[in-house]
Amino acid sequence: MKAETPRPTGSGFGEAIMIPVRLAMGLIDAPLRWVQRKLGLGGMAAFFLLPNMLIFGIFVLLPFFINFAYSMTGGTALFLDDRTFVGTDQYVRLFDCSNYLDPNSCTEDTFWTAVGNTAWFVVLQVTLMILFSLVTALILNRELMARSFWRAVFFFPVLLSPVVVGLIWKWILQRQGLLNFALYGFGFQPYTWLNDRNWAFAAAVGVSIWAHMGFYTLILLAGLQAIPKDLYEAAEMDGTRPARAFWRITLPLLMPNLLVVIVLVLIRAVQIFDEVYVLTGGGPGTSTLYLTQYIYETGFATQLRNPGLAAAASILMGVVLIVLTLIQLGLGRSSEKNGSRK
Amino acid sequence: MSRIAAFIFRRKGRNGWHWTDIVTWIWLVGGLFIMFGPAVWLVGSSFKSPAALAEFPPTILPYVTQKATVDGYDKPLDLYDVTLPDGNKAVLAEVRRIGVISQMVDPEKPGEIIKVNIAQRKPVRTMAFATTNYTEPFIHFDFVRYLWNSVFVTVTATLITLVVNSMAAFALSKYEFRGRSFAMLLILATLMVPLSVIMVPLYSIVSALGLFNNLWGVILPTVATPTGVFILRQYMLTIPDELIDAARMDKASEWQIYWRIVLPLTAPALAVLAIFSVVWRWNDFLWPLIVLSRKELYTLQVGLSIYSGELNVQWHFILAMTVVTMIPVVLVFIFLQRFITTGIAGTGLK
Repeated sequence: MKAETPRPTGSGFGEAIMIPVRLAMGLIDAPLRWVQRKLGLGGMAAFFLLPNMLIFGIFVLLPFFINFAYSMTGGTALFLDDRTFVGTDQYVRLFDCSNYLDPNSCTEDTFWTAVGNTAWFVVLQVTLMILFSLVTALILNRELMARSFWRAVFFFPVLLSPVVVGLIWKWILQRQGLLNFALYGFGFQPYTWLNDRNWAFAAAVGVSIWAHMGFYTLILLAGLQAIPKDLYEAAEMDGTRPARAFWRITLPLLMPNLLVVIVLVLIRAVQIFDEVYVLTGGGPGTSTLYLTQYIYETGFATQLRNPGLAAAASILMGVVLIVLTLIQLGLGRSSEKNGSRK
Repeated sequence: MSRIAAFIFRRKGRNGWHWTDIVTWIWLVGGLFIMFGPAVWLVGSSFKSPAALAEFPPTILPYVTQKATVDGYDKPLDLYDVTLPDGNKAVLAEVRRIGVISQMVDPEKPGEIIKVNIAQRKPVRTMAFATTNYTEPFIHFDFVRYLWNSVFVTVTATLITLVVNSMAAFALSKYEFRGRSFAMLLILATLMVPLSVIMVPLYSIVSALGLFNNLWGVILPTVATPTGVFILRQYMLTIPDELIDAARMDKASEWQIYWRIVLPLTAPALAVLAIFSVVWRWNDFLWPLIVLSRKELYTLQVGLSIYSGELNVQWHFILAMTVVTMIPVVLVFIFLQRFITTGIAGTGLK
């Protein structure tokens, strides 16, 4: 049996690491054999599932349900038993607004500022992100020299941490930064971009596109490469112009990928936090304050923290995300159906 | 040679350049500058001295102004190339500056002050890499501690993720039991629950377990990632069940089957998950920021963001530490670029 067991050919280094691991495993094996005798085969399934389910249950599922309980309580205490039940007061407080388009008319004015900012951010970022990643994918799909190099160029920022992304751009956009230097060459005076409400907002949108575009480009590129080449050849034979081929062949066949990308970008845009937090800290004023930062600050950071209010706000955000997810799952299913029909 | 040229300049138009060729190359070259440029600028800047960092317009490469010790002056003075009124050039040291007039001395004849209009002088500069930006944080800051915390969190979380997720994936792919599809559905459903939705109750659970201000409080909530279970299960489904039946007939225990047969065969999928887990955990920010409030427990990401938020930002240290933070991810990228990019496109990983 031992000789028949297929093994991937490992390096000598890998084998060396495996020796103590194998020894330890031998020691683990004996008690586990005893466990197997007690539990039987079906019980072993539960045994293998247990560690993951335990961690998953405690740190993902349980908080998910406790969140509802939290949102019904008030005060600044941390643990649920010390908190007073207030019913739907937190939700009422969040929605206490005479004019939803004017955050100043609301009790929780920063919440509605964050909602407004997030909405604007989502609209702008999603549109531009789809546009840029689609154009990049179309270009990378052409017959290019060193295609994998160009693919790597656009993908590279995806792996950088949000903190690094935020710091790089904070450094470039500051008064002595690279952007001012480049503009100085054209005769512009240096400007502190991140102290300007509108420019800070634009920077947040631009930086988040810079950081994540490569990921969506790759998904779209995979979709483009799945389109059979002979379709284009046939179209060319029929004398179809390239623009028409794009609208009639490329776009319809790319649609399943495009829809998935749109929803993924939407889901991530609603949760925007890290990069922008490092870049602007939500400022100047509240011009780049987004929902996740509102929840973080209400729940943890401020002196008068209100975990109940933060939980209520996070549930509202969760509802939006679940709706988006359901749309995505629906899209995934319908595109599978289309796929099987072919 | 002409074939290479033809390959490089391959384009759509048969006679001359089609407009799409021009757009393509503008986009690609622009992309090269916009995508790589900022990181290159960061690395270049991280070698500049604080004085060079404060300068505008900035220089591409790090330069320092040369200094000279002149008799009769306590501090070393900056050296300048000066065009004298009579048209001669000289190297002078600046004593002080009043308005547009700079009072300078010749280092050879320190007694005599020469007044020069500042338009007539240029600093004498040499290229110098301020490596102290990198060495000093190691000595004076908690940088080593942050680095260690980050490495500990990343390595431990990745190992636990691999073991726990592969065990679950094994159970979900190789056993028939009641509630299997329910467990799978539960895992898939929470693929979409982002941390920002559950962070308030998660914080209290972590505190209740005594893991607040503890690196385990950062590690544990992240290790049961549904994405991992999903990828590994899909891969294990392709392993033939006959192999497992044969092992059972040879009296192998279930644990041996998992450890000796299934895991080695799942190596490619485990490698993908390992790479992603390393990148995710190394880059984590919001959760460590919430759980860790004691300085000596900060991870690199938290430490960096706290430092850069302080009023007196010491950019020369921040930039160097940012570069160090980038290094592991860039290494992963360089060695596994092809693997990662095709892997993502294939699996649609988040």
